[in-house]
Amino acid sequence: MKFFLNVLKDKLAALSLCIIVVTVSVGIFAPLFAPHDPEEVHMELRFASLSWEYLLGNDHLGRCILSRLIYGIRPSVLWVFVALVLSVSFGAFLGFIAGYFRGKTDAFVMRVCDVMLSFPGYVMTLALIGILGVGLENILIAFVLSKWAWFARIIRTSVMQVAESDYIKFSKALGVSDIKIMVKHIVPVALPDIAVISSSSFGSMMLQISGFSFLGLGIQAPNAEWGMMLNEAREVMFSRPEFMLAPGLAIILVVSAVNFLSDALQVALDPKLMISKHKLQGLARASAANLQGKEVA
Amino acid sequence: MIRVDCVEKSYRKGGLFSKERQKVLTNISFECKPGECLGIIGESGSGKSTLGRLILGIEKPDRGTVLFEGKPVAVRKARAGNISAVFQDYTSSINPFYTVEQAIMEPLKLQGKIRKDDQSKIDLLLHQVGLNPSYRKKYPHELSGGEAQRVCIARAVSTEPKCILLDEAISSLDGSVQIQVLELLMSLRKIYNMAYLFITHDIQAAAYICDRVMIIRDGQIEEIARVEHLKDVQSAYARKLLQMIIT
Repeated sequence: MKFFLNVLKDKLAALSLCIIVVTVSVGIFAPLFAPHDPEEVHMELRFASLSWEYLLGNDHLGRCILSRLIYGIRPSVLWVFVALVLSVSFGAFLGFIAGYFRGKTDAFVMRVCDVMLSFPGYVMTLALIGILGVGLENILIAFVLSKWAWFARIIRTSVMQVAESDYIKFSKALGVSDIKIMVKHIVPVALPDIAVISSSSFGSMMLQISGFSFLGLGIQAPNAEWGMMLNEAREVMFSRPEFMLAPGLAIILVVSAVNFLSDALQVALDPKLMISKHKLQGLARASAANLQGKEVA
Repeated sequence: MIRVDCVEKSYRKGGLFSKERQKVLTNISFECKPGECLGIIGESGSGKSTLGRLILGIEKPDRGTVLFEGKPVAVRKARAGNISAVFQDYTSSINPFYTVEQAIMEPLKLQGKIRKDDQSKIDLLLHQVGLNPSYRKKYPHELSGGEAQRVCIARAVSTEPKCILLDEAISSLDGSVQIQVLELLMSLRKIYNMAYLFITHDIQAAAYICDRVMIIRDGQIEEIARVEHLKDVQSAYARKLLQMIIT
């Protein structure tokens, strides 16, 4: 709870959290929030501009852009998030084992990671989609299978730094079990690193899903997805550039909200940064008082 | 109480598939009696910290045994709460996310000794190491080196262990603080009647606090002598070490 309040003290973090919560809840309850059916075609309303009935206007088939945007949250944000959580947790699990136990386990896990990483990400994903078939769920599976190695490698390094330190040695000497040491000592220290790498890859994953949808490998045509909406708008980029705005801004907004929030989480989780911030505020107050004093003098 | 018998340890040199091994410890045997303070003296790289890790049961020896009251130390239950440690680097000795209180509570929690009087127990421990109870809510980065090392000592003593391993515990502190911490260690030893294994490269500090000293060189025991007889050590290396201090 104290930690939560710490996050909320930072205004940017509070705003980002609001954006994310609103986006997620609107996405989950999309049928309640969407004013129209996102797949309803009105050819007479092609490229209609903003109106009271269609708040964000209509696209090249006369479909309601706002409704499509709302339904698009599901694949673009929610499913990407699920895939991210899955691959991060798998990578973290292996990274923890490799970084903590070292030796042969480490060598084995890292060689497997090397093999996975030696293929370019896109090619690997394409190959997996080729095997599994076209569709959003297969893209997500392919993401999980091709991204965990990267996470495992980074998390292993951050675990290794901590596992060397003397307080881990002390716990080991006391006879604390390995699992308890990992949960109590290593997870809290490694968590900020994990938060930062996963938030930074959230954006790139969203864009990749859009890319695959554009190639016709992901979401199929009538369904709404932000990346696909961008691609549809791309066709009329020079005659009607305003159609890029809605999906483009939505992507930018969500991705930056996730990045800002993870930054704030890092500060809120780390006692060192927390304290230094207090001190900074104290200093600011002190210097302000000084200034006032000078004015009086 | 602690019995080290014919212990050998070597580490692999180079990569995963390299066969070459570097021998760190060869044929080490000694015993530490209850309540005794045994100094382990050696230059950097002589293998004294490796020996410390073996005694704590963090690593296993390649050959030989380390026994604590007749049981091998590698068995977690044999050493739980009975052996404790203080390390050199006070900056990384306490989890940066823990307050002083949480750090001291950790060994107590492990023993399942959490009672209502634990709050006063922490105050008592802090008092014993010469710190104010107001330190309880502080984080490690707010402590000075000497204070952090005192917290580490309080944490090590909290379970009233039979033996504490001090691995260069005072080496990273400056002169006057070193003496304060040594005095503290000596007074605590009287209170709890613990054995100390005092690993250091500083002969003067060892001579000040220890009953016996063991001089090791290149992973081998050079000589074990009582502090009173430190002047008339036999081996050439030990003489050379002493000479260097006197001049």
